[in-house]
Amino acid sequence: MGRFVYADNAATTNVSKSVFESMVPYLTTHYGNPSSIYSVGRDAKKAIEVARQKVAAAIGAQPTEIYFTGCGTESDNWAIKSTAELLKQKGKNQIITTNFEHHAVLHTCEHLKKHGFEIIYLPVDSEGYVSAEQVKNAITDKTALVTIMYANNEIGTIQPIREIGAVCREAGVLFHTDAVQAVGHVDIDVAADNIDMLSLSGHKIHAPKGIGALYVRKGVRLINFIDGGAQERNRRGGTENVASIVGLGTAIEEATKDIEARMAPIREKRDRIIDTILATVPKCRLNGGRDKRLAGNVNISFEAVEGEALLLRLDMMGICGSSGSACTSGSLDPSHVLMAIGLPHEIAHGSLRLSINEDTTDEDVDYILECVPKVIITLRAMSPIWNG
Amino acid sequence: MLYSDKVMDHFANPRNVGEIPDADGVGEVGNAKCGDIMKMYLKIEDGIIKDVKFKTFGCGAAIATSSIATEMIKGKPIEEALKLTNKAVIEALDGLPPAKIHCSVLAEQAIKAAFADYYTKKGIDPTPFVGTVACDGDCHACGAH
Repeated sequence: MGRFVYADNAATTNVSKSVFESMVPYLTTHYGNPSSIYSVGRDAKKAIEVARQKVAAAIGAQPTEIYFTGCGTESDNWAIKSTAELLKQKGKNQIITTNFEHHAVLHTCEHLKKHGFEIIYLPVDSEGYVSAEQVKNAITDKTALVTIMYANNEIGTIQPIREIGAVCREAGVLFHTDAVQAVGHVDIDVAADNIDMLSLSGHKIHAPKGIGALYVRKGVRLINFIDGGAQERNRRGGTENVASIVGLGTAIEEATKDIEARMAPIREKRDRIIDTILATVPKCRLNGGRDKRLAGNVNISFEAVEGEALLLRLDMMGICGSSGSACTSGSLDPSHVLMAIGLPHEIAHGSLRLSINEDTTDEDVDYILECVPKVIITLRAMSPIWNG
Repeated sequence: MLYSDKVMDHFANPRNVGEIPDADGVGEVGNAKCGDIMKMYLKIEDGIIKDVKFKTFGCGAAIATSSIATEMIKGKPIEEALKLTNKAVIEALDGLPPAKIHCSVLAEQAIKAAFADYYTKKGIDPTPFVGTVACDGDCHACGAH
């Protein structure tokens, strides 16, 4: 095995050198507890506040509107459960979302359903988009919250967040968005986008795993997530993960700089992968629309091939990807995202997601394009349902 | 998903892949909706499995269980081949992850389905030999159950 091509950046990314270097002092010399009054503690506290400014600046928010969390999933849980609890007291018991959210949102909504909430799952179209019109038509005087992802994690489709936000703002309904996949790939401005709450994660943008943030617009009420300390303005107690917070600050500053200029070459590589595979491999299809799509996301379904076998074969060749097949989802059903865009089970089982980034080279793309068709031919040759 | 070296070996280098055009028995189990289909071809002479081939649409474990199952029955008398259990397949592969046990069941059933076809073609009721061959129905992805 020669080459190693990591094409699963939507799952996680490496910690960049600059992020790592910015973190080291807060693990070694400035290791003080940010709540302590002596200098190594104060240094840590200052570093947290600098990181908070960077996170805020990256999405057009104020530093006081940013709370550090343990991950994107925690941010989603916090935003949705807090809002649900607060608004239930006002007789609002309905949450509007889509049928292809991340499980961090879907399972949180399922939890609230058991506590008397009605969950409206807006269907996405066959290209993987929901419209502001759908949201508008679904809102009632019982609606407590609209929660819709900024960009889908499997098929990369970018939702009309600004329009959805405007509809919610006009109706006086709170709007939360899971922007874990979007941050660093799409220009986000919480004010212009009419976003009340936004979840983001560090490890998708070259910060370490175990750090996330939640933006909550000034004036939107928030219930304490962890009681027990004055950290995060009493909202989330517990000694801060200082080094990772600093890492997130560095990462988000880099990830949101010149986004379009950085995305253009990634998009070109993505399109070369998509176009070449669609042109050379028979009986396959691109999942999710092409235009409003994350620059690094490729998601293709191959008929008569099962996704896990495909991933294992690619892994043998040094390529890391992911799939929406049941066998890789840990359940018996294929990906709910692929089902949501109307794929039949048998096609959904054969999906391959490749998520490339700025580290992906032209040679990596060549290698992907050399290996994927080979693997498909091998697997189809042993597939009883392939009659090509 | 952690697979044993044995599973990975049979997945990477599957034995007896293909079809037998003049097979004496052909069996197919599973369905595309569930994400795995196994098809087994048997060539039988004088009560001995002279040749066996398979084709599988499915995950790593589905391919590995099909592959090792063909090895375990090739050259064996019918009576012995019919005794192949999914447990024996799992043991031969040095274990399977819990979520993949059904693949070993499919392998056992695919062979039984091929024998059922063999007996049926000869005008013999296969039930006393192979029992009823059916999907074990533990998979809710398929509306057929």
